[in-house]
Amino acid sequence: MDSQTTYNYKVVRQFTVMTVVWGIVGMLVGVFIAAELVWPQLGMGVPWLSFGRLRPLHTNAVIFAFGGSALFATSYYVVQRTCQARLFSDKLAAFTFWGWTLVIISAVITLPLGITTSKEYAELEWPIDILITVVWVSYAIVFFGTIMKRKVKHIYVANWFFGAFILTVAVLHVVNSAALPVSLTKSYSVYPGAIDAMVQWWYGHNAVGFFLTAGFLGMMYYFVPKQAGRPVYSYRLSVVHFWSLISTYMWAGPHHLHYTALPVWTQSLGMVFSLILLAPSWGGMINGIMTLSGAWHKLRDDPILKFMIVSLSFYGMSTFEGPMMAIKTVNALSHYTDWTIGHVHSGALGWVAMVSIGSIYFLIPKLFDREQMYSIKMIDWHFWMSTIGVVLYIVSMWIAGIMQGLMWRAVNDDGTLTYSFVESLQATYPYYFVRFLGGALFFSGMLLMAWNVTKTISGARPADTPVPQAA
Amino acid sequence: MDINTLRGIFTLLALVAFIGVWVWAWSSKRERSFDEAANLPFADDDIDQHSKGVSHDSQ
Repeated sequence: MDSQTTYNYKVVRQFTVMTVVWGIVGMLVGVFIAAELVWPQLGMGVPWLSFGRLRPLHTNAVIFAFGGSALFATSYYVVQRTCQARLFSDKLAAFTFWGWTLVIISAVITLPLGITTSKEYAELEWPIDILITVVWVSYAIVFFGTIMKRKVKHIYVANWFFGAFILTVAVLHVVNSAALPVSLTKSYSVYPGAIDAMVQWWYGHNAVGFFLTAGFLGMMYYFVPKQAGRPVYSYRLSVVHFWSLISTYMWAGPHHLHYTALPVWTQSLGMVFSLILLAPSWGGMINGIMTLSGAWHKLRDDPILKFMIVSLSFYGMSTFEGPMMAIKTVNALSHYTDWTIGHVHSGALGWVAMVSIGSIYFLIPKLFDREQMYSIKMIDWHFWMSTIGVVLYIVSMWIAGIMQGLMWRAVNDDGTLTYSFVESLQATYPYYFVRFLGGALFFSGMLLMAWNVTKTISGARPADTPVPQAA
Repeated sequence: MDINTLRGIFTLLALVAFIGVWVWAWSSKRERSFDEAANLPFADDDIDQHSKGVSHDSQ
């Protein structure tokens, strides 16, 4: 068949399958380092297996390898289907897949070796940063090129979110990674002191806001309506949602630097914008959940829809929790404790991973020309394992975090500290074990998914879906 | 001009832009085109059925 008359599903298939693979790898590393916190001898003194080196590998693998592949896969699928046009360039699209794979492999090699810029979520050294930039620019060309050749009048709202995510991440990455190389594996940030910290958290929080939120909202605006079989609850609300979310997120970064050398007015600005952020976040969540209004019964027997709707509930929960934690007085208790870790995972596992998993269960049969997934019952099992896993994780971290915060600030009558740090660590042990159990349960769910996906695609032929031709 | 006057003006402009987005989105003129856009995910529903016509072994 002439390649221009079909959609380019090949690159979507590649990224979709790799989403499952990288999800398993990234979460396995996560479970391992969670176990190291319970059993510190687990690394056997091998430097490559130490917590400090594997933790950045875990975050990079789940955010950029798992989340990134999910975003590439869904954005390439959604932009083609809603623009009714094949991807702008097959070659460039293939380059983004292989280039991104090379970035991930470089991370898997360099991070355990201890090669790092030490900037959180931007640990990769400068040669890899340059590769990321090249891949990302190619991604932007493929994505926006496809929008330009669309055969329909409108640009569907999901593409607005994907587009904002691609543009912003390009800017964030280039600005924050500006560095002076001194050797192939070592560079120094061009920004001094507190400015470097501010640039880092402007990047860091917008990585959450645009990589882990805007992109996945794009997913939500396509896959929730598709799976529910009805258009989004309010298209008007989605327009207001888009513009208010992207203009607010940009300013929230300083809440990562409360009570530091950052000027106080900057801290207050970050706090206020974080509080405002509650409104657009919840507007988007309500828009997604209300898409099911009048069709709630579908939740009873459709585990894919359950994944999506529960992910939106976790999104609502963590975007309520986030603004609360950005309030300076609350932050004085929560910062540097495991509460932060719990908050991040309620967003990362509950929202990002679960909406991706739901979308991938939707995508796989479409891409491999199957009626549906091999086993729907297995998806249901996966759903419950994920949900219980996240709940165990975040509840244990809430308790651990608040307890740590209270122990660290407790003082005796004479002004000395009531507890030593090690006493708070000892008190945290049981909660680290529960967190390990929750993470292991979530991880096991991913193994079930891998089995289900393998059975669905084995023996299947790749779908060659035709692009609708103008009448 | 005092820098704070400029800051005040900027805040006002941001407020106007925000209200402007609401007014624009809720204008009745936009309703029909928004409906069209909202249905885009379903505009090519039939093509999935197409490819399903070709039979192959399924589990």
